[in-house]
Amino acid sequence: MSESDAVNASRRRFVATTAAAVGAVMGAAVGVPALGYLASPALEAGGSDAWVPLGNLESFSTQQPTPFSFTRSKTSGWRKSTRSYTVYVIRNADGVRVLSSRCTHLSCRVTWHEEQNAFTCPCHDAQFGPQGEVLYGPPPKPLEEYETKIEDGALLIRVVEA
Amino acid sequence: MASKLIGWLDERTGIVGVYKTVFDRKIPRVNWWFTLGSASLFLFSIQVVTGILLTVYYVPSPEHAYDSVQYIMTGVQFGWLIRGVHHWAASLMVLTVFLHMLRVFFYGAYKYPREITWVTGVVLLLATLGMGFTGYLLPWNQKAYWATTVGTSIAGTVPGIGDFILRALRGGADLSAMTLTRFFAAHVWMLPLVILAVISVHLYLVIRNGISAAPKDDE
Repeated sequence: MSESDAVNASRRRFVATTAAAVGAVMGAAVGVPALGYLASPALEAGGSDAWVPLGNLESFSTQQPTPFSFTRSKTSGWRKSTRSYTVYVIRNADGVRVLSSRCTHLSCRVTWHEEQNAFTCPCHDAQFGPQGEVLYGPPPKPLEEYETKIEDGALLIRVVEA
Repeated sequence: MASKLIGWLDERTGIVGVYKTVFDRKIPRVNWWFTLGSASLFLFSIQVVTGILLTVYYVPSPEHAYDSVQYIMTGVQFGWLIRGVHHWAASLMVLTVFLHMLRVFFYGAYKYPREITWVTGVVLLLATLGMGFTGYLLPWNQKAYWATTVGTSIAGTVPGIGDFILRALRGGADLSAMTLTRFFAAHVWMLPLVILAVISVHLYLVIRNGISAAPKDDE
């Protein structure tokens, strides 16, 4: 190997190493922001925690669970949308309880059936009792209950969204 | 270890031969103007990566296009960077492709046996301009809307078939949702596939024929 061959060989190695290093830096410069960009919606805190007024407590029946529906607006990325809720207000001598209409099995909506004295779920025939307890079917838990408070005679529930 | 792995791969794929053909080919003594083709290819790669990322959040509909771009700029991490790079690399790519053409022209590098390389290069230049034209509309802001109104009107001045060309470009008589979706389709599917295919041929020819030396003073 002559001297100029040796110089050429070391120059080639230098060029190859430099190209690889610069390439790695540029790859990281693109790759890291790209990963952040893709993961961005997953990393957002999001969610909300709000007291939603349901109106005068006295207006709710003490005989039957009373459905109450409302919608809350939500921003997903660039789009504003609404999410609708139906809750059941159960009032008796002990006070007031507010239950979610979301079946604890697979999130279908349950409805109150007076003649059966139960909430029934249309998806898998599940039944919940007047206090939300599981009577029949696959649900693993009773209907979820909202935290409540009374302010100036008005009933409010705490709605926490993920 | 690494050389063993490369040897194992090479025995089955011939990858070392490919590498040597592509990267270790002999070239004449040239200058920096000869790097413009590689620069264009690099910018195209940048556009592919950032463009694919932009489609994750962008929506090609008149109701949502502008809002989705605003969301990319303000709501998504590094969104401003990804879109910014796509924007600037687009302008730069038009420049490098054009200078690349001038270099080939002034050095006479389009002559025998490289005529087909030149012709495919012309297709790539036009496709690059097409990418610039179609991409400009996508943000759906005032500048985009009126630039496309003017651009398609210019196309409409062709004698005889001008009106047909204008309607074909706009997907109707006026700029509308139809225009936005067809420009989007052209920008992300048709033109990129054309460019990819023609780049393959262009590069194959560059490697097969080698690059031409700079002409000498006495030629």
